Amino acid sequence: MSAPNKSYDPVEVATLKVEYLQRVVADAIAAFIAARTGEDLKDARIAHAGDRSPLSLANREIGALPPAAKAEAGKRVAAARQEINQALADAQERVDVADEARVVQEERVDVTLPMRRRPVGARHPLTTLRERIADLFIGMGYEVAEGPELESEWFNFDALNIGVDHPARSTADTFYISPEGSGLVMRTHTSPVQARTMLTQQPPIYVICPGRTYRTDELDATHTPVFGQVEGLVIDRGVSMAHLKGTLDHFATSMFGEGIVTRLRPSFFPFTEPSAEVDLKCFRCKGADSTCRTCGGQGWIEWGGCGMVNPKVLVACGIDTSEFSGFAFGMGLERTLMFRHGVTDMRDIVEGDVRFTSAFGMEV
Amino acid sequence: MKFPLSWLREFVALPSNVTADQVADSLLRQGLEVESVSHLGEDLVGPVVVARVLTVEVLTEFKKPIRWVSVDAGEGEPRWMICGAENFAPGDLVVVVKPGAILPGGFAITARDTYGHTSNGMICSSKELGLGEDHSGIVVLPEGSANLGDDAIALLGLQDSVVDLAVTPDRGYALSMRGIAREVATAFSLEFKDPVSKYALSKIGASIKADISDTTGADRLVLSSVNGWNAAAHSPLWMQTRLTLCGMRPISLAVDVTNYVMLELGQPLHAFDAKKVHGTLRVRRAASGEKLETLDHVKRTLITEDLVIADDQGPLALAGTMGGLESEISDSTSSILLEAAHFIPAAVGRMSRRHKLSSEASRRLERGVDHNLPPAASARAIALLCEFGGGVHDSSIDVDNRTIQSPIIFDPQYASRLVGYSYSDESVESHLRSVGCEISKGEKWEITPPSWRPDLTISEDLVEEVARLEGYEKIPSVMLTQSSSRGLTAVQRARRNVGRTLAGHDFVEVLNYPFHGSEVLDSFGVGKDDSRRNLIALINPISEEEPFLRSTLLPGLFATLKRNLGRGAKQVALFEMGSLFFAEGFSQAPTIGVDKAPTSEELTALMGSIPRQPQSVAGVLAGARESEGWQGKSTPSSWSDAVAAARAVIESLGANVEVRSAEMAPWHPGRGATIYADGDLVGYAGEIHPRVLKNLELPARTSAFEIDLDRLGVARPVHAPIFSIQPPAIQDIALIVAETVATGEVVQALIAGGGPELERVDLFDRYTGEPIPDGSISLAFTLTFRAHDRTLTGDEVAMMRSAAVSEAISRCGATLRG
Repeated sequence: MSAPNKSYDPVEVATLKVEYLQRVVADAIAAFIAARTGEDLKDARIAHAGDRSPLSLANREIGALPPAAKAEAGKRVAAARQEINQALADAQERVDVADEARVVQEERVDVTLPMRRRPVGARHPLTTLRERIADLFIGMGYEVAEGPELESEWFNFDALNIGVDHPARSTADTFYISPEGSGLVMRTHTSPVQARTMLTQQPPIYVICPGRTYRTDELDATHTPVFGQVEGLVIDRGVSMAHLKGTLDHFATSMFGEGIVTRLRPSFFPFTEPSAEVDLKCFRCKGADSTCRTCGGQGWIEWGGCGMVNPKVLVACGIDTSEFSGFAFGMGLERTLMFRHGVTDMRDIVEGDVRFTSAFGMEV
Repeated sequence: MKFPLSWLREFVALPSNVTADQVADSLLRQGLEVESVSHLGEDLVGPVVVARVLTVEVLTEFKKPIRWVSVDAGEGEPRWMICGAENFAPGDLVVVVKPGAILPGGFAITARDTYGHTSNGMICSSKELGLGEDHSGIVVLPEGSANLGDDAIALLGLQDSVVDLAVTPDRGYALSMRGIAREVATAFSLEFKDPVSKYALSKIGASIKADISDTTGADRLVLSSVNGWNAAAHSPLWMQTRLTLCGMRPISLAVDVTNYVMLELGQPLHAFDAKKVHGTLRVRRAASGEKLETLDHVKRTLITEDLVIADDQGPLALAGTMGGLESEISDSTSSILLEAAHFIPAAVGRMSRRHKLSSEASRRLERGVDHNLPPAASARAIALLCEFGGGVHDSSIDVDNRTIQSPIIFDPQYASRLVGYSYSDESVESHLRSVGCEISKGEKWEITPPSWRPDLTISEDLVEEVARLEGYEKIPSVMLTQSSSRGLTAVQRARRNVGRTLAGHDFVEVLNYPFHGSEVLDSFGVGKDDSRRNLIALINPISEEEPFLRSTLLPGLFATLKRNLGRGAKQVALFEMGSLFFAEGFSQAPTIGVDKAPTSEELTALMGSIPRQPQSVAGVLAGARESEGWQGKSTPSSWSDAVAAARAVIESLGANVEVRSAEMAPWHPGRGATIYADGDLVGYAGEIHPRVLKNLELPARTSAFEIDLDRLGVARPVHAPIFSIQPPAIQDIALIVAETVATGEVVQALIAGGGPELERVDLFDRYTGEPIPDGSISLAFTLTFRAHDRTLTGDEVAMMRSAAVSEAISRCGATLRG
């Protein structure tokens, strides 16, 4: 720094001359404009706006001026600084944008690369179908009742009006538990759960009973010895077949879509009277396609069985028949899954090939 | 039951434009399931005529024998044709198609030059006529069954429609033309005249002897003798045709007549050679060890439950099921004993199942046959035997122990209430009358069901008749809901939670059959005192190799794992949730009736007769956990994935997990763990023992877990956490411990020593090698301290850290590194 020199004529200080300052500003702006990157701009900033920049050096000379000249020189320098700072700020903004654009360009990846290194988990469609049906009936005010798969003959047969001589009780149809006379079977339907529910709860009873059941069929494209069923039971005052039909229609529509209702055909089951087969209106062709592969051109798909609970069953299960009546229905889960999702071979459902199950994910 | 439309028309005056499909539809609506409707000879065009073979010349110059045949087709002069079949001779009556005819399948017949002659037609086999599959030879008609030139299409029923009904167990009456005709008449509102009313049995006397010794086996037995039998007589062609169309094989006149009457009226009958019956013919139970060779040439040893028809010398037939070979009608039979009985359904059903012998007769008797039928059916059969077999009805005996059922007291409006549709009293009455009920009307109605409907025993049975005849399609659809559901139970929610958790951990759910052998437990190395050895056996398993119900989910999972690997899968993680079965915790099932609800003691006994069936969840993994990819090399699945999955299951229910190393078959003794939830042992996880993997031919490092869901329980209630908003203080430490020390124990020691402000302990490195001494390992932890009410000072943190380390030193023999 120079010492004060009161004898100097301010005009004589070259670095404070207007022309000089204009050149300094012009040089700075040119340098800032020339900067292409943050690095460039940093160098330009140090050179033109830093402590050793021409303007800073010029500023130092002000102190040496006579007081009369200081003010004007100060103004000139400040104006120049403002010009330079503005240009620097503009340049900074410009190179920041450019830098960011360059960086994100450089960081570009191929987002189409395959990511998955693990096969995706899935729940079995029979499980999710079961849950979906359960949820539907819970929405209608039912509860889900369950019972053991290894069951007493009394619950599986006797209580359901299936007498000792009924053909279903033969070892050609039913798995019996050793030893002979154990009185135990693998349940052939989920109906014993209904019997258990009636014996342990007071009406009104509204339950849905999904579960695993057993019959001695060999596994083939349409049969499996271990299969799933879902049954419903209602015991209340004034329950009629019309309520049964309404419930089945709602079930069908909820599972298969608007307009898909059921048809009842007279049939026979020991545990219901009157009894009916439940047919489902074909949800693919709605009965309009005689070549439909889902319904075989029939317009209807056999879905399950139903009826009004036989009073013999109500009596054995402790329900007062003078006060209560009820209905029951049952469907096969595999069968429902097969026609709902176009499964053509039962073995696909049974064998546990992950490719089958994975296709269904977490919901049916 | 199959029946031709032409036969049905004999009983019901159906308008001629009613088709078999319309008949089938009407039956379906009334509750008789139609298996199929087939239209025979739809594309058959005549002329097809009856002709007599005049001459046969065998042409020998060809590779196979060819015959040059002349026939008399009633045309005045012989018609000549070539034929390849050999089962006929001059004089035989055959069926000939003339040129211009079209056989089933679109085969147009023309006069054509072949084998050096002009063949002017064709002599037909059954198959060519669309009668059956028999292509072995041409049809030879019984002598006298037709005139030359007769139209064979009508004669043989070549153009007809056959309806096949699947009859439910309650509708035995529909296994007869009589029963079907009644249903069809009702459906088309036509008059029905019961054919039975035409047949009355005469000559009832005591010259032949019959008896029912066991009234639990039969309540009616009609026996008739027909003498002067012509053993050479044939069944008429129309009868053979009808039997064939109904799916039965014509055998001989006597057998054909009994079958025909059974099809017509529903009553099974049996014809014995009277010479082979000695003394009284009686229905009785067999003596243990009695022998009988039945018509199917099976020599059967009888037990005391078997119901037989016997004479003074021994059993002659399995009652209502199958006749015996010894007393069969033969070429030398000169007189016949005809039996028509009403056997008790259960007695026949039990026997037919025991002998695995289901016949047309037993199928009907099991379902219930009209107990008024035996005399009428006998009369009908006797008339046919006499007409076509030259016999003479000698005498009959009717042993009658029928019990008459009391009427059903019926409220006619009950139908409307139970069905939810308004039936008028008039329509209730008309429907019940159309099924044959007699009605006596008072305040309540007294309904006497007809003898052919033994299935109608309670009011609800009558309601079904009313509803089905009015039409089930009339039943309205009325929604019914209930408003007090509590939703899923905690157990049901827990199962869903576990399933979703495992699927979220990339496991795929499978549902295996719950059967396995005991050998698989041997290969697991399961000890003989292990509860998994408490196996329950099936009497009649699907496979003799898998006679037990599963006591662990692993055998099924391993099998499915292998199947997937065999099909080319490289990364497999499977889980299953389901029941296990243990021969534990049950007592003998009590015998309880069904005429009233069980008492609470009986109910307790019933519930207590069921073996323990806990719910279990298990998973297996093999192959790569993560496949090789651009991100890096593949990582093999390992024990840690199994333990992590087990942890996830327990944490999904909000329980605290603790893992301890353990030895448990079939796990690797050094890589297996016991899993605790809130301090309770709930399962096992880890790598499977290499020897087990070798035995089961599974890939190395296959890992698995199995958790008892019943013990794990349901989701724990969540109390909202109280968490500090003060800044944490982070401290890293490294401890050197013996390699045998479980990291879990070190963590527990640090937590115990660190005090309540120690918020987290995270293991971030495990290191062995220089400068760590052999047999030791360095475990590096990050300790996070935080107080609820203040920022911890440096001094406080240092003290807490030191306390944590001290606890690890004293409990685990650790030394602080560095």
